[in-house]
Amino acid sequence: METFKGGQHIDGFKYLSREMAIKIMPLPSQVIIPLSQHTGAVCEPVVKKGDMVKTGTMIGTSDKLISSRIHASISGVVKDIVEYNHPVLGQSKAVIIDSDGKDTLDSSIVKRTKIEELSKEQLLEIIKNAGIVGLGGAAFPAQVKLNPLKPVDTLLINGVECEPYLTCDYRLMLEHTHSILKGIGLMQKIIGVERVVIGIEEDKQEAIKLLRNKCVEKKYDIEIVCLKAKYPQGAEKQLIKAILDREVPSGKLPFDVGVIVSNVGTAFSLFEAVYNAKPLYERVVTVTGKCLKQPSNLKVRIGTRFKELIDFCQGFKEAPGKIIMGGPMMGISQYTDDVPVIKGTSGILILSQKEVDEYTQGADQPCIRCGRCVNICPVGMLPYALSLCVEMDRLDKAAQYNPFDCIECGTCTYVCPAKRQILSGIRLIKAVTR
Amino acid sequence: MSEKNTSVDLAITSSPHIRAKETTAKIMWSVTLCLIPSGLVSIYAFGLSVLWIILTSIVCAMASEWLFNCYLQKKPNSLMDGSAVLTGLLLAYNLPAGAPLWMAGLGSFVAILFGKVVFGGLGFNIFNPALIGRVFLMASFPVLMTRWPAPFKVDAITAPTPLAVFKDGFSGSPILNPSEIIHYSYSDLFLGLRGGCIGEASVLALLLGASYLMFKKYISWKLPLSFVATVGIFTWIFGGSSFFSGDYILHILSGGLILGAFYMATDYVTGPVTIQGQIIFGIGCGIITSIIRLWGGYPEGVSYSILLMNMGTPLIDRFVKPKRFGDK
Repeated sequence: METFKGGQHIDGFKYLSREMAIKIMPLPSQVIIPLSQHTGAVCEPVVKKGDMVKTGTMIGTSDKLISSRIHASISGVVKDIVEYNHPVLGQSKAVIIDSDGKDTLDSSIVKRTKIEELSKEQLLEIIKNAGIVGLGGAAFPAQVKLNPLKPVDTLLINGVECEPYLTCDYRLMLEHTHSILKGIGLMQKIIGVERVVIGIEEDKQEAIKLLRNKCVEKKYDIEIVCLKAKYPQGAEKQLIKAILDREVPSGKLPFDVGVIVSNVGTAFSLFEAVYNAKPLYERVVTVTGKCLKQPSNLKVRIGTRFKELIDFCQGFKEAPGKIIMGGPMMGISQYTDDVPVIKGTSGILILSQKEVDEYTQGADQPCIRCGRCVNICPVGMLPYALSLCVEMDRLDKAAQYNPFDCIECGTCTYVCPAKRQILSGIRLIKAVTR
Repeated sequence: MSEKNTSVDLAITSSPHIRAKETTAKIMWSVTLCLIPSGLVSIYAFGLSVLWIILTSIVCAMASEWLFNCYLQKKPNSLMDGSAVLTGLLLAYNLPAGAPLWMAGLGSFVAILFGKVVFGGLGFNIFNPALIGRVFLMASFPVLMTRWPAPFKVDAITAPTPLAVFKDGFSGSPILNPSEIIHYSYSDLFLGLRGGCIGEASVLALLLGASYLMFKKYISWKLPLSFVATVGIFTWIFGGSSFFSGDYILHILSGGLILGAFYMATDYVTGPVTIQGQIIFGIGCGIITSIIRLWGGYPEGVSYSILLMNMGTPLIDRFVKPKRFGDK
């Protein structure tokens, strides 16, 4: 089975939500839509307080190259444009919309016909207008990624979902198989590549089977590769290594080795943008955790507060200790549940007070040089050495250990028997020496 | 507008938010546990006095750890991480079965103080602490350290170790009366019916424990194998009266080779971090051990080989690094 060097099998806890079909979350009465939900320039609002908006109306845009448009996710009135809690940035300017309860669609949202006749440029324009970003994590604007500066020969589709707990991509693959394949077809057309490969971990056999059957049935020329279930298999560079045996050097991007990587969720939203003219105003979010009464996969409007999702999952069985946007390995812990779902919110994970205590117990013991972090590091670093540089306050020594190679997957910190906060240290080094 | 939710008290940390269950203490206690079968064989073969040596050594190691770390340096209590217990146990395993108790205690004290504390405690020591204790005792009390009781002899007749027999031949060693020389078969050596240090007695028991450590991936089989194989090959080539006629099985099964290769050369702190580095370390240990055994002044070379290679660890780590992702 294909894989990369290093990494670690991590108990996935995916059983909590993997059998839960995607449910449509009821409309929220208010949404908070941050004007920065992507990699790149912050959008300027194009609506003002008191404006009426419809579902799918553009409310923010930027004339910068790397940016992505923002749309209203419900119909109603713009209550205000203020600084509000943001799951990644802490605080950011956001448009607050009060719902009128009608969910009236914007007039631009009408099913498209004659998709085949659309040119590459027209497709890119549609994607740009729809505010599509990569839904795998970095939320990179899709119209930029799909128009690479260098020639590429392969499109890789990431269906790995190696983050523990998360199952939204898995559910999408099961429930929207054909739409995803159509979305991939569009990407293929835009980039103009022959070869398309979907990578999926071995623990998602049903998805692999479904996609394979669909490909045969609809005569799609797409390879589906079964990958070893190992974290961080879904990291871009590791995926390319596993499937194509090409290595993207530090500081380079996939197109430098002739590859574009996109997520299955992105393919799905691209399908919706092109076929249904639907901007990216909702997404599937896995809401999970052992202390949650009913872990679920929910289709949620962007801007819905975490609290409402948690309430929809019937709240907590025991006291929550941590609310994380994303998975447990790379997710971001939140200081409040009054924070909106954004385009990059793949999951909301709740750890109980007890779990948090368990995981923080005995932190920062002396490094015993056991070498676990070295063996698992997917980019061939010496994490323990960087951690020691921080401990000894010798950041001047850190540069020789290539701290900027780090993809921040967190595996070193996960495996450390001395419970050292290795990744925090590497982040510190990066921040100080940048 | 935005308010902090006060109904819940949320922890904020950077990722990752989960940890594997492995801990330093768990590893140390597992190694300790895996050494127990060998100790039991020794108690069975040499009598209860062995138990008292082991206990004295462990207690003194823990007391020294507490004194220097917790009491004098006011560091957090490190006794439960199991490293002091392991050092005490390993030191005891490096003593002859007839060693006096004060020697075990003194050795432990030196092991902890000069093997570990002076370097900054666990993780910062250059040399294997137990071996520091052992070579200190070897240098200070050479006679006591080489008086080996024969197994199953209550009156503790001094019997030579197989390696001493091999080395000194039948011409008589300075310490031993030739008439008392006992010959051991390979199966005696394997099962543990021979003179020697406490922990060296039974190869079978040592391998039993080591197989668990390898199963749990606490140690890699590559380092011990490269160590043992190097000794085997080296002594086979140079150990006999002509080339390629050495008794390599005797060399592999006797002395502290198995104990050293599986339990002391594999010490995380004092060995290289990369697998490739560990193999170099093992080969180096094997060569030094063989040279000392065949041509050196001591019958046994495992301790010195490991200590010498410990010194080479930083150098190995400097030159043997994992391949940087993206490099050709």
